[in-house]
Amino acid sequence: MTAQPPEARRPKRSTAARIWMVMAVPVTVVVLAVLLGAAIVLVSELLVPGKAFDWGLPLVAYGALIEGAFGNSDAVVSTLVNSTPLVFGGLAVGFGFKAGLFNIGAQGQFLVGALGAVIVGVWLADAPAVVAMPAAALAGFVAGGLWGFVPGFLKAVSGAHEVVSTIMMNYIAVQLLAALVSGPLKVPRSPSPVTFDVGNAAFPILLGRNGHLGILLALLAAGFVWWLLFRTTWGFEVRSVGANADASRYAGMRPKLITMATMTFSGALAGLAGTSVLLGVTHTMTSSFGTTVGFDSIAVALLARSHPLATVLAALLFGGMRAGAGLMQIRAQIPVELVDVLQAVILLFLVASPVLRRVLHAVTPAGVPDVEAPMADMTPGALA
Amino acid sequence: MDITALADGLYGIPLLGIVFQIVGFLVDVIPSNAPNIMNQSTPLALAALCGVLCERSGVVNIGIEGTMLAAAFTAWVVGVAVNPMFGSPAPGPIFGLTIPLVISLVAAVLVAVLISTLHAWLSISLRADQIISGTIINIAAFGVTGYLDQLISKSSPAGAGSFAAFTPPTELTNLPVIGWLIAMFLNQGPIAMSTIVIIIGGQIWLFRSRWGLRTRAVGEHPRAAETVGIDVIRLRYRNVMLGGVFAGLGGAWLSIEATNSFQIGMTTGRGFIALAAMIMGRWTPIGAFGSALLFALFLQISQLIKIAPPAGDLGTVMSSVPAQLWDALPYLLTIVILAGVVGRSIPPAADGQPYEREAAA
Repeated sequence: MTAQPPEARRPKRSTAARIWMVMAVPVTVVVLAVLLGAAIVLVSELLVPGKAFDWGLPLVAYGALIEGAFGNSDAVVSTLVNSTPLVFGGLAVGFGFKAGLFNIGAQGQFLVGALGAVIVGVWLADAPAVVAMPAAALAGFVAGGLWGFVPGFLKAVSGAHEVVSTIMMNYIAVQLLAALVSGPLKVPRSPSPVTFDVGNAAFPILLGRNGHLGILLALLAAGFVWWLLFRTTWGFEVRSVGANADASRYAGMRPKLITMATMTFSGALAGLAGTSVLLGVTHTMTSSFGTTVGFDSIAVALLARSHPLATVLAALLFGGMRAGAGLMQIRAQIPVELVDVLQAVILLFLVASPVLRRVLHAVTPAGVPDVEAPMADMTPGALA
Repeated sequence: MDITALADGLYGIPLLGIVFQIVGFLVDVIPSNAPNIMNQSTPLALAALCGVLCERSGVVNIGIEGTMLAAAFTAWVVGVAVNPMFGSPAPGPIFGLTIPLVISLVAAVLVAVLISTLHAWLSISLRADQIISGTIINIAAFGVTGYLDQLISKSSPAGAGSFAAFTPPTELTNLPVIGWLIAMFLNQGPIAMSTIVIIIGGQIWLFRSRWGLRTRAVGEHPRAAETVGIDVIRLRYRNVMLGGVFAGLGGAWLSIEATNSFQIGMTTGRGFIALAAMIMGRWTPIGAFGSALLFALFLQISQLIKIAPPAGDLGTVMSSVPAQLWDALPYLLTIVILAGVVGRSIPPAADGQPYEREAAA
């Protein structure tokens, strides 16, 4: 990382060149991932015996994937619904990155947030929606925050690395959820462990078949986090600590406090992700509640380079893939897990982006400066 | 005097009684479950050794979990592919060894080394953020194994089976006092049994060999190491790749020794618990092994309590806690240890820092 402020060494240039500069790596990475994904589909055809080899299968698969994600208004709404928790989760992980913290525990915070929302939601199921809905959402926010606070506190007080402790918190969250849903929260005499419906606490449907209020909240959250990071003192301190904790301490900030606060807020955002799924989509909780949102959020944050507004775009990409995966499985008999593979490939290419950049250099328009510093985009705080 | 009567008397004392009950429970449970505990500690110990090798040379490897998962999948899937080629041989007399099983094991280790090399390339050569690189390996391993497993499992094929545990002669295991210890180390499959040898070898290697000394030097002060002629980059590559061998063995243990099939995400955090074991063992192979045994003990107890809770008040208390919370115990313990021990246990100074050669003058 160079200490120079970016403005000092970057000459003025056209808007197109600037956009390319920012977008080149993410776009190339996605394109490469799509190509490699096609290769994987072709290779995996060989693994399943008894079927004729079809060169066109990747096209069929991608066609179905895109149709399932954007083909008609229902598909678009489904993409938005799938993207909503990813926006919250991506914001959560990205916010942590900004302070130099790797909150890999979005999954656990997601689950505990949903748990908080369902507990309060069921309790207030018959109360007026004006009371029940905000209360349930707040409970999810607080519960997720609590789950994020623990690793933040441990990191600040004893130096326990947040990566390992948040992962452990993920596993504990899974067990806690299972214990509660099959125990005190279970509907009596129900054959399978499931909670009551949240009733009036559920998010209203605003758009199409299942476009719930959470979509709007996610957009507001992205704007809010952007404002928080770039327009407030606290946001400045978060970014300073992420860029250089020692320097921030000399400047009178308290990195430990920032660490705790950041992990708590990050956890709260991830808790909202769980809340949005519970109040917006499932309305009840089963003991197998839980999705791939945790892993996906990391992918979203990395692809968006932790920028709150880019997070929305990255979430739409992955949300669209999740939404279209079902149709892909039906049409092309390709397991929905292909989406996980694509995501992993995107991430691998992203990490190897210094190499990519060297290659892309030839393609970048003249006058675009060297953005070589390894991982500068992903290292927290380097963005500003 | 009758021992049980004495025990009953002691158990009656409040508070102290609970302590006696816990000790009594452990004394009762540990010897009879020792082989299981040793067996469960195998993947943790091997993964922790992988962590020790990497971190002692200055590379943080959080991707051990994914490496193990990929190795577990490879071991199983290669068994599926190779077994029919050899006419699905019957298990051999020692360890149930068959040629397909050995091939599966080798393939698992190779894949793990390959993944470790990727991590080495990303974190040593590209100087990428090591934590992010490791995390991506975890995500990629989860995604790719899940995808392939879905593809292949449609026809629910049979794997190559699994290694069998060696049965030591009952004359040995029935020996008073030490019999259970003999059973613990000898009543094991080949991977678990060789773990002990590997750990001791690792300890000697790290603290008594030239390579070990160099490894520690590179992990503490790579610049100084380089000035005396050690090739920092090459040594780090070598250590991370060698670590991959052990992560591969640990992964293979999951799918061809402990069980005979692959389940999506079957590592269930063992790679991360191993990192905690490594820290608790202060970055030494033997220490890591000891911590792995402790974790395995907790894993075992959390299972036992559900099946056969101890008698008395302790059992009543234990049974009243939901079973799922006992499953969370090893993870909780990991956090407690990380928070409690990490302050006093000091990682290698250059741990996690990419090394850049000074430009040639």
